[in-house]
This record gives sequence, structure tokens and C-alpha cells, in this order.
Amino acid sequence: MSHRDIQLDKDGRLRHFLTIEGLKQPILKQILDASDFFAEVGERPIKKVPSLKGKLVTNLFFENSTRTRTTFELAAKRLSADVLNFNVAVSATSKGETLLDTLRNLEAMHSDIFVVRHNDSGAAHFIANNAAPHVKVINAGDGRHAHPTQAMLDMYTIRHFKGADFTGLRVAIVGDVLHSRVARSQIQALNTLGVSEVRVIGPKTLIPAAARSLGVHVYHNIDEGIREVDVVIMLRLQKERMSSALLPSEQEYFQLFGLTEKRLRLTDPKAIVMHPGPINRGVEMASAVADGPRSVILKQVTFGIAVRMAVMSIIMGAAPNA
Amino acid sequence: MPKPRSIAIRNGRLIDPGNGIDAVQDLFITDGKVAALGEAPEGFQAELEIEARDQVVCPGLVDIGVRLREPGYEHKGSIGTETAAAAKGGITALCCFPDTDPVMDSAAVAALVTRKANKKGKARVHPIGALTEGLQGRLLASMAELKKAGCVALSNGEQPLVSALVQRRAMEYATTFDFLIVLRPEEASLRDNGCVHEGAVGARLGLPGIPEAAETAAIARDLALARHTDCRVHFHAISSAGAVRLLRQARDERLRCSSDVPAHQLHLTEMDIDGFDSHCHVIPPLRTIEDRNALRRAVAEGVIPAICSDHQPHDRDAKMAPFPATEPGISGLETLLPLTLKLVWEGDLGLTQAIALLTCGPADAMGLPAGRLHPGAEADICIFDPERPWVLQADAMLSRGRNSPFLGWEFQGQVTHTLLRGRLVYSRDPT
Repeated sequence: MSHRDIQLDKDGRLRHFLTIEGLKQPILKQILDASDFFAEVGERPIKKVPSLKGKLVTNLFFENSTRTRTTFELAAKRLSADVLNFNVAVSATSKGETLLDTLRNLEAMHSDIFVVRHNDSGAAHFIANNAAPHVKVINAGDGRHAHPTQAMLDMYTIRHFKGADFTGLRVAIVGDVLHSRVARSQIQALNTLGVSEVRVIGPKTLIPAAARSLGVHVYHNIDEGIREVDVVIMLRLQKERMSSALLPSEQEYFQLFGLTEKRLRLTDPKAIVMHPGPINRGVEMASAVADGPRSVILKQVTFGIAVRMAVMSIIMGAAPNA
Repeated sequence: MPKPRSIAIRNGRLIDPGNGIDAVQDLFITDGKVAALGEAPEGFQAELEIEARDQVVCPGLVDIGVRLREPGYEHKGSIGTETAAAAKGGITALCCFPDTDPVMDSAAVAALVTRKANKKGKARVHPIGALTEGLQGRLLASMAELKKAGCVALSNGEQPLVSALVQRRAMEYATTFDFLIVLRPEEASLRDNGCVHEGAVGARLGLPGIPEAAETAAIARDLALARHTDCRVHFHAISSAGAVRLLRQARDERLRCSSDVPAHQLHLTEMDIDGFDSHCHVIPPLRTIEDRNALRRAVAEGVIPAICSDHQPHDRDAKMAPFPATEPGISGLETLLPLTLKLVWEGDLGLTQAIALLTCGPADAMGLPAGRLHPGAEADICIFDPERPWVLQADAMLSRGRNSPFLGWEFQGQVTHTLLRGRLVYSRDPT
């Protein structure tokens, strides 16, 4: 009944990848280790491996997203799977076909993996609960709930730059935590991997009142919050936050929470700067930071493919070291 | 079988909190009314005898705020199916909300519902008319017409009014007819697009939250307006500790105001939505354990005088979607008594108190001549076996809606007979 069980099979192996919540450290490490292997594959002249040959991966996207869908598509193709892209505007399903009907139709095409993005929290769980038993589900972002592959590529990036031991690390997540599925999954992953401190930084309107229960320290002042951290993760700020009276203006947001070179000096001198993209330059961070030596944002994108290859092969039981 | 003119209910433990009775007594019924308690009236000859040894005999339960779904949503429920479910739950009188299609804002729709209920219904159906035309929250509904058609109260249900001014005018106009207004307290703008309590679980699952203040702000405003207009108000489906504080103040102030709490709010909390269980999607949302405990204290101390089912039957599809996209509500008629008895077994309520919260409590709140069993009263009676353990199974439910988070729960205490106007409308073991 609990969603903690649904993504594991009876032997405790990953069956679906819906959320970081409930997963133990060895599973996260398994994903990171497998990603190492696939990152190396990405450096070869021939970037394909036959792990998922003859399998069908369906990208089921109810929300527009080019980059996430593209990296999943690329990851599936490098594993030699066939890929079906199914973009459904939410308005089209609400008029006729229910989500369940859509699912049944795609099952009839013998999909092996559904990669799901949906604007409702819990959508990936719903699909996993109602899909045929052989079908695996990967959550590519559901509402404000979870975006576990993004969180794992962020962990992979941190491990790449900071080493395999997470225990000494202090990590700050800056911005719109309230609406962010990325932040929720990052917080869970960081805590599972045993970092010494996760901080969230933002105005009160964008930090859930119950944030502390997520296992973080809350700061409303960025200059205090990023002091001596090893990793700064900036979150994307959506334009509609201004129109719904959560913030007065982008300018004020940048003044209060934007990451500038001056502020970056408050962190540990070797701190890295991350962002799940796409960046709003001059809103979340200054261009000089985004393009500066501490920014690892483009590395995140590259690693994203390897991490998604790792997740797909693990849930299909085809991991290199499984 | 023709309706027996006279019935004797023998050896039951008669609990009638409204009349201060708790004793093993026989009860005699003639022509649909209670004829006598204890001693049979002279020359009484029972055409039907019901043996009620070791069972509780109490007034038929009274439920506030039921959705019958007819007219308009018969795929979710009908007057026939839902009153049958009520009878199975020991409920003999219920107030139904006006959010039907067409909306119950005219005598025609109210009359349709009462006529059908009288003909086919296994429970008394008291319609709550619409407060505003089409429940749009803008123009007053034809209150005089609705009063004439038998509406016992007015409500805008889940639908917000466009302004506090409309609320004030509606209250003032309603007092002309001494109409009770049933309020589902919620400041709609604070609800935003929320679907769960704004708290730890919602924050973790990324489900948009509804703050407690959405409920308390509405209650505070409505109490101010009730004070100003001297309108009788009833707050339906209370869910928070903050609301309880305001209701306690109102009681101390002796305002003409009453309230009820859905039975599920006395047992479930936000923790139950974990795993995105859409059967726990209710509005107002399940809140914290502290809220639940405050609600339990409020019914125990009489601050909230009634427990209701907040019955909202749904078709299967309504709950088959990602959590925020599902329709809120629980099919609750068949679990109203067992969930209330559970509070007795858990030590939060006395048995008499529990029965009061389901009989004279709601009847008095809604101004209904029900919920008591003195000679001359209507013979609406619930008989239940307080010891009997049973498990709620979807297939055994009579409501068309099987949407219950309590499926698979083991309960203690089960209705054995329900009588409406001295007629057996439900019997667990048909003879």
C-alpha cells in the first residue's frame, strides 16, 4: 500500500523509479556506480551498448519539456532501445481519454518502460500502480512531488567534483523550494547519502512552512545561508510567481537571492554552482557566475544522459554490474 | 408483506439521550408511532415482535450533509440506492445538499427530491435548498419558495459566495423566514488550488496545501456576520483545532450557532494520504493528529454537537487519477455509526454521548422533529448489536459509491434493524 514498497520488487531491487523517498543508500550508490560506467561509454567513439536491444521505451509527457525528454530519448537510444515519444497536452486528455485509457493504449503497443512527466503530484505513482506488471515506470517529474533522475544526476555531479564521501558536505538549495519537485528529490537524496547539512534558502512565500520536517535548515537570508557551503544549487524561478503575488519582482528577487560573484565568495572557496536549467540569467544568478569557473551546469547536462542510462538498465535488470 | 400496525421491540437496551433514557425496556409501536415504553399499552397486540436482547435500541440516526447525487449524477448514486445505504447504516433522517444538476434552487427540484424520497426512499430526506441562484454565489435564491417546498435550511455547499456582502444579505433575508444557513466554512481564495492540508505530509509529497486559516478565516467572518444579522448558522464539516477554538467562543457567547464534524475527521489524519491514496482525498482535508484530537475533545465536550457522514458517493473513475485530479469525498453512510462507536471503544466518548451526537444532537442543530423516542414520536428506530465484529467490504456496501478509505477495517457494532415510521426498512438477517 505504501509508496515505499511499490518501487521495489520482493527482493528489494529497483522496479520503478518514482521518488528518492524510501530508497536506501546502496540503491543510490548502485545508480551512481552504474552511471560511471555509462559516462565512460559516452566518451567512446561508438556510444551505443546493446543492453536494451528490442525493448520499447515510451516517453509519456503530459507537460512540455524538450531537454528532459531529449536526454531520456538519447539515453534509451544509446542502450539500443526503440523509443516512442508520446506528447499529450493535458487539455487533450481532459476532454476525452482519461490517463488510464492512454496508459492502456500504450501498453497494447508493448512498451517496456514508461518515462512519465505530468503536472499532477502523484501521477507517476498512479501509473505505476495501474500499469501491467511487466511495465516499468520512471518518473521524469510529477507536479511538485519528485524528479528523481534529476536529483541523481545532481548527486553524480557532486560526487564527480567532491568525491565519493558525502558526509562532510554542506549543500545549499536556493530559490523556489515550494513549487520544486527537483528540490524535494535533491533533499531526500542528499540526506540519504549522508551529507552533514542541507540548507534551503528563499523568501517565506517560496519555502513550505513545514520545510524543516523535510530534513533541512531554513534560511531567509542568502548571505547567511551560503556561508561556507560546498555546493550551491540554484532553482529556477517561474515567471508566474510574480503574477500570483508570491514575489514583487524579478529585480527584487535577484537583489535578495540572486547568486553574484560577490556572494559566491561567502561559500567554501572550492564550492561548485549547480542549476537544473534552464537558467534565467539576471534572476537566479548573474551571467558571470553561470559562465564562471565554479559553474558545473553544463556538466550536469552531460551526466544526465549517463544517469538515465544507468536507471533504465537497472530497472530492466541489465545493469553493467548488476 | 403488509406493514404491521403494531410492533413490540423486546428486551433491548433503550438509549434515548434526548429524553435522558438508558434502560432495558420494551418499546411498543402502533401506526408508525411510538405507543409506549416499558409497559405495553392496554389491549396491545404485537403483529411483529423483534427480540433485541443484548442489543441497543436507539432513535434512528440523523445525518447532516449527505449527497444523494439525484438529480443529475445518478452514475454516482440515486435516492433509492443512497437511502438504502442510509437504512443499512441505521440512519432514518438525512439532510441533502443542493449541489444537484439542476441545482436545488427552486421548489420544483426540491419537490422532485422529496416526492421520490417519499415514494422509494428508505430514509426521511430533508432537502437543504440553495442559498444563491444556481449556487453561483451572486443572487439570492427564492427562499420563500424553498421554504414552502419543505427545505429545512439553505446552503451554498462547496461553492463560494462572491463577497461578504452577499453573505450578509443572504443571512439577513434568511432571518425573515427564520431559515437556518448551513455553511461549509472555507475562504476560497486561501484554498487556492490546494487539495491536502498545508503541513508536513503535503510538503513532502508536493501536494498543494490548504491552510487551516482557510477554515478559521471563514468561520470568524461568518460568526461576525451571524452576530450582526442574528441569523441561525450551522457550520458543516469542521476539520481544525483553530475552528474548534472559535466555536468554543461562540458557544460561550451563546450565539445561535451549531456545527458538525465528519466521522472520518475523527479517525484519519494527513498521514493517511501518504502513498497518494485518493480515497483519503477529502475537502476540507485531513489535518494533523493535534487537529484530530481537538475535534475528538470538541465532540466529547459538546462544543460540536453532531457527527455526520459527509457522504459523497463517487463512481470508480472519479478516484482513478493522480491524487490532485481525483474528486474529493468519502461514501460514508455505512460507516457513520461504526466510526462513532469506535470512539466509544477507544475511550473518547460514552455510549450515550456517542448516540446523542448521532440523534438529538444533529436533529436539534437542524431543527428537525427527530432523534427522540417518546410516546407519540415517529417510530424511526435503529437497533444495533454493540458487540458484533465485522469488516467493511466493498461488495457488501449498498451505496453506489464504494469510495471508502475504511474498506478492510474491522469494526465493532453493527446495525441489525432499522425502522422508518414503524416499517422495517433494513434487517441484517432477513426472515
